[in-house]
Amino acid sequence: MQDVDRSNHRSSSIAIADGDAVLHELATLINDALNLGLTADQIDPDAPLYKEGLGLDSIDILEIAVVVAKRYDIQLKADSEENQLIFRSLRTLAGYVASHRQQRDS
Amino acid sequence: VPVLNACSDRYRFAVGLAACLVSNRPNLLPPNHTAGIIRHLQRSAPGTICLTDERNCDIGLPQLRFPQATAKRAAQWPAPQIPGQQLVAEVFTSGSTGTPVPHRKTWERLTRCVLIGASRLNFDVTRPKTIVATVPPQHMYGLESSVLMSLQSGASFCAERPFYPIDICNVLASAPRPRILVSTPVHLRALLATDLPLPDLDMIISATAPITEEFAGVVEQRFGAPLIEIYGSTETGQIANRQPTRSREWHLWTGVRLTKRGDRIWAEGGHIESPTPLGDNLELVGDAHFVLGSRLQDLVNIAGKRNSIAYLNHQLLSIAGVRDGAFFLPEEASDTNIGVARLSAVVVAPGLDVATVLRHLRERIDPVFLPRPLLLVNAMPRDNTGKLPLQTLRSLLGRR
Repeated sequence: MQDVDRSNHRSSSIAIADGDAVLHELATLINDALNLGLTADQIDPDAPLYKEGLGLDSIDILEIAVVVAKRYDIQLKADSEENQLIFRSLRTLAGYVASHRQQRDS
Repeated sequence: VPVLNACSDRYRFAVGLAACLVSNRPNLLPPNHTAGIIRHLQRSAPGTICLTDERNCDIGLPQLRFPQATAKRAAQWPAPQIPGQQLVAEVFTSGSTGTPVPHRKTWERLTRCVLIGASRLNFDVTRPKTIVATVPPQHMYGLESSVLMSLQSGASFCAERPFYPIDICNVLASAPRPRILVSTPVHLRALLATDLPLPDLDMIISATAPITEEFAGVVEQRFGAPLIEIYGSTETGQIANRQPTRSREWHLWTGVRLTKRGDRIWAEGGHIESPTPLGDNLELVGDAHFVLGSRLQDLVNIAGKRNSIAYLNHQLLSIAGVRDGAFFLPEEASDTNIGVARLSAVVVAPGLDVATVLRHLRERIDPVFLPRPLLLVNAMPRDNTGKLPLQTLRSLLGRR
């Protein structure tokens, strides 16, 4: 992923706080974009995005990539093993977005 | 022995296809690899092996891993001559009764189809094009417009199937010109929605769902290249093309005839194996053109995957514990970035919860058709003639 090696070293507590804010916002954005018909807090942040969890498929992932690009100016890529980890759950996706947004802001 | 060619790398898929061609083995190309489909193949085509390039392939068939060896550049050798009648592939649709239906594709008909396509798209063997495709080679459109098109027209294709918008841009930018993007409305909308700088192209090909003239104009302007739409189906292969910014009418491919029988339009002749009813309402314009109308009522097309409501209902009702139920399309057009509307379903299944019904459905149908949402009700809202008015089903969604 771009910019990974240039990550700065903020304290982890700030990263977690940012992660929570992004988590809530992402839950709302994704719920709206995908017409899941849930409320943001009905989405379990640790449930798998695929299959038994939220049951998302590749079209949803593409939609999420567009949402993330528009809202956070981050382009998701499929070029690494990391991609699997990013899309494991809403929390891992939010963590990725939060850390990359920090680098952008700094 | 038939081969389920599951290679995700387009080059490896093509090598597998070619190996099957010279050793006379048909490629089985089902619409998806759900447990139900694989079980069907085990019964209907015993001995089928799965050719895979995935490290952890979970397809429940005997597996042949694509060899890791690097290919040596072959000394000059004659191109193999493939008998025209040889069965190259059986491409499956999901069928209306629950059993996948194979469609036989012989070498002669497949090549005739892509050669007409190459001439319609002005493919020139003296100026070979490079094809970047976002569609899998296992689907009829991807098979025809990336792999077979290259084999027959001297074009090259990129082995990758880029998915994310930035990946598509990067693969395109690295492809020698003249370069062509073979894609779908879903991927094109995602590409344009992200506001990335887009590489210049020489042509865009789109299929699986119709594109409006307006959106086609935006695509052409952003990529600086003509957008050509192709119309076809798994059963018939590709049968028509148009450039939406220039023509509302589709131009039928040479040899293909459309006839109206009852209230359906049938396609036959040319490279079509046997006369086939089409899933769309077409308005015929002379012998060689048509205007595309709406999908027939029972049929749905979600992101290019087609199915019938009857088939989906059949799968739903086959779940133990489901007493009644129905799939339907929600009312409002989708307002998502990439514009994919999903199905909904209303289900009577005392004792089952939503997650359980979804888990059983996931075994039976392509995930793209999973209902969103799935509503459990005590009784179906049938009217006094036993029918389920669409409006009543839709109104249940609003009342949640």
